[in-house]
Amino acid sequence: MIPEDEVIRRQRERARITAWLLGAFVVLLFFITIAKTGINW
Amino acid sequence: MPAIEMTNAAPLPADWRDLVALTKPRVMSLVVFTGLCGWLAAPALPPLVLGFSAILCIALAAGACGALNQWYEVEVDAKMRRTAKRPLPAGRMERQTALHFGVGLGVFSVLLMGLAANWLAAGLLAASILFYVLIYTIWLKPRTAQNIVIGGAAGAFPPLVGWVAATGHVAPLPLMLFAIIFLWTPPHFWALSLFVRSDYAAAGIPMLPVVAGVPNTRRQIFLYSLPMAAAAVAPWPLGLTGRVYGLSATILSLVFVALAARVLANRATEPAAMAPEKKLFAYSVFYLFALFTVLIVDRWLPQ
Repeated sequence: MIPEDEVIRRQRERARITAWLLGAFVVLLFFITIAKTGINW
Repeated sequence: MPAIEMTNAAPLPADWRDLVALTKPRVMSLVVFTGLCGWLAAPALPPLVLGFSAILCIALAAGACGALNQWYEVEVDAKMRRTAKRPLPAGRMERQTALHFGVGLGVFSVLLMGLAANWLAAGLLAASILFYVLIYTIWLKPRTAQNIVIGGAAGAFPPLVGWVAATGHVAPLPLMLFAIIFLWTPPHFWALSLFVRSDYAAAGIPMLPVVAGVPNTRRQIFLYSLPMAAAAVAPWPLGLTGRVYGLSATILSLVFVALAARVLANRATEPAAMAPEKKLFAYSVFYLFALFTVLIVDRWLPQ
């Protein structure tokens, strides 16, 4: 028997980490684009 | 492929810490380090963010290899003390989760490498993942005692990928770095396999000490340490590095060969009496870190 609370806790924890990683990826892609296009700030 | 039935049909969703453990973070650190050195050894460096992305891709690809290796070897891991507590054999994760995670990481790392660096580096990164998973893990490791010799090529890719990510082309120095890791891998893993050979025997993996015996393995360790040392020093006389690297590589390699000679002279067959083997294994890790560090120091020192 799997405790439902534990399932929800783990799902939420993984969802939060995934969201942070996706956010970091978007930021990284932004800077990669800037670097590749050679734009100087 | 071993026929495996999941015993834990509906377990909890995998804990994120177990997903991290699936990537073999300790192995990843050496891969990332050699990849970073390959990048830093390049003659001209692109913007920092592209270098960071390239090293991140190498790390993610190493993680993918670790995850796919554990996905495939779950039965073998369950039989060995050293690996029995990993997430899959311990039943903390569904096998399919590891497969999806590994494939996802691998594809993502290759695509990001192509976007951030160049598609030659991405191709080499894809080749290294496929070589590690298909050639080493699935084909060679369960079949031949030469698994480590050929499979060592997979671990030798990172400095080459790092260099190509920075420059866009292959050159003699990263090929020498590839050769050094390729020749370093057998003595490194055989030293380990000597004192954990009962584990490998129990799991049915044909590592050299299990198949060819302890004295033969010791002889092979010593024999492989000689071309490894020659490859480590070679960039200096070839004019690819300076004197700082050349002298340091010579000293580091002489110590390696001396430790390998002590392994060769050891007659013990019990792991408890294999101090020279344990020392060589520990030194081999230090050796690679030190060798690549002096390479970068040499590269960045004012001429």
